[in-house]
Amino acid sequence: MSKEKMKAYWKENLGYLAILLSIWFLVSYVFGIFLVDQLNTIKLGGFKLGFWFAQQGSMYVFVILIFVYVRLMNKLDKKYGVDE
Amino acid sequence: MGILTWTWILVGVTFALYIGIAIWARAGSSKEFYVAGGGVPPIMNGMATAADWMSAASFISLAGIVSFTGYDGSVYLMGWTGGYVLLALLLAPYLRKFGKFTVPDFIGDRYYSNTARVVAVIAALIVSFTYVAGQMRGVGIVFSRYLEVDINTGVYIGMAIVLFYAVLGGMKGITYTQVAQYCVLIFAFMVPAIFISFQMTGNPIPQLGFGAAGEDGVYLLDKLDGLQRELGFHEYTSGSKEMIDVFAITVALMVGTAGLPHVIVRFFTVPRVKDARVSAGWALLFIAILYTTVPAVAVFARTKLIETVSNKEYAELPEWFGNWEKTGLLKFEDKNNDGIIQYVADKSANELTIDRDIMVLANPEIAQLPNWVIALVGAGGLAAALSTAAGLLLVIASSISHDLFKKIIKPDISEKGELLAARFSAFVAVCIAGYFGINPPGFVAAVVALAFGLAAASFFPAIVMGIFDKRMNKEGAISGMIVGLSLMFFYMAKYKLGWLGDKPPASEWWFGISPEGFGTVAMVVNFVISVVVSRFTAEPPLDVQHIVEDIRIPSGAGEASSH
Repeated sequence: MSKEKMKAYWKENLGYLAILLSIWFLVSYVFGIFLVDQLNTIKLGGFKLGFWFAQQGSMYVFVILIFVYVRLMNKLDKKYGVDE
Repeated sequence: MGILTWTWILVGVTFALYIGIAIWARAGSSKEFYVAGGGVPPIMNGMATAADWMSAASFISLAGIVSFTGYDGSVYLMGWTGGYVLLALLLAPYLRKFGKFTVPDFIGDRYYSNTARVVAVIAALIVSFTYVAGQMRGVGIVFSRYLEVDINTGVYIGMAIVLFYAVLGGMKGITYTQVAQYCVLIFAFMVPAIFISFQMTGNPIPQLGFGAAGEDGVYLLDKLDGLQRELGFHEYTSGSKEMIDVFAITVALMVGTAGLPHVIVRFFTVPRVKDARVSAGWALLFIAILYTTVPAVAVFARTKLIETVSNKEYAELPEWFGNWEKTGLLKFEDKNNDGIIQYVADKSANELTIDRDIMVLANPEIAQLPNWVIALVGAGGLAAALSTAAGLLLVIASSISHDLFKKIIKPDISEKGELLAARFSAFVAVCIAGYFGINPPGFVAAVVALAFGLAAASFFPAIVMGIFDKRMNKEGAISGMIVGLSLMFFYMAKYKLGWLGDKPPASEWWFGISPEGFGTVAMVVNFVISVVVSRFTAEPPLDVQHIVEDIRIPSGAGEASSH
């Protein structure tokens, strides 16, 4: 694999990481901790929204994030011909 | 049939299963001993990782902690799951591509230095030993509660079982027993939760049930908030801790999870890089099944408990109350001699002391579930404790036989000799862990939570920079690890253990961050020191820079171990 191609592959990978980790930070730290009081004024059925993110929602999003990452990376590996 | 008979049957059957698997999956080579030959299918690795990860504490204590702290308990829920996102995105695929056996292997090779390797071995041993002592104790406690044997006898039985499959099977035996243990523990956790959720809300899915309304049409969480207020506790759905501390603890737990050697090493056992990525996903899915149920169980148990005992005549309480009083997990002291239980936040007026573990252990009885369900919880707790203990013991054994013996002391050791050394170190490690299980040092309970801080302060930065910063050299990584680890130790000794004179009050914590959250600060310090030192010292040699380029590309993972 050429140096340029490798650099491009790595750059796209880092781009995915930046987006996915921002979502990771948003659902847990922003929704579950920093803005918890504000979000708690909104109700989702019997749940206060901030509380729900801290004890349920963030964990669902974590699982989804990893599977999305797997999909993105498998595609990226194929695109650059580095899949196994 | 009685609870005790059921428990003996279920524990007997599950233990026979674990031993059978261990005989079937015994290790024939050092590669099988350390990483199960690198051939574990991703879903199975996910299950094994989940069982490895969820300890007796997750199974028994977590719901109780959340139950008593409400929103504040979120730090554990998010902290012990969010770390898997970091693992999947930042560590697992690259470490798999690197393709060696242990975490110190990576640190030693990437930082071309046996000093770095030794620092990593020491950190791995400290982290794993603090963790495993608690597990062996947990095995003893579960045995004593469910099978009515002495705690020490319980520890011996647990040691014998773990010894059998860890020494014989190595990682291969451990992996497949962990798959079975995951199935046992998740079944044991979910069955009572589903029963209770249906009983209290009419919805069989606990994750939805605790946001639903009870028979009286009031939302369960609103009812619980009301009960808490009435009794003088803080509202269940809002917190009592400082926001900065909640933030720091969550970061430390997440990063610490991603830096724990017994978790990382699991990703060396799958065949390909893409398998490492997806098996992190499976692991988190399997963990999340339990972790999203925990807050529901916490709410059900707390509501039920308050409704059953608060302001009730002591003489008219159900039978389970007396049973658990005998174990000392419930204590009633009639301070005003009115024969009625006053359970309130005010310590001088409160008459009921509740051990947090009772929330999971006694929950099936409180909800009047059948005896086999109650016994199942015992088998599940044992599965959780044994699987975690075995995973930790393997890390300890391979740190000694592979990282110290093979890599530093006697590099010309034969394959057979190394396998023998690995088995022998596993044996010694089990004995030491058993010793701590029987004579627990007073500080163990306090220190287990801090193992995460130590992992966050040492491994996580060194590994992440080893992958993402090609310029990082041995001077930077070693000084970062040493300063991070020492700083964490110092803070722990001063503010948690009180080893340096009197333990200072919480008001003197740096930036208002508790010792549990301090790993976050130590990690940042590690990063900063590593980067600064590395920029003022020579760049890493060319072949190391090639290693870094190589691990960033997935193809060819199979050959990586021949480097």
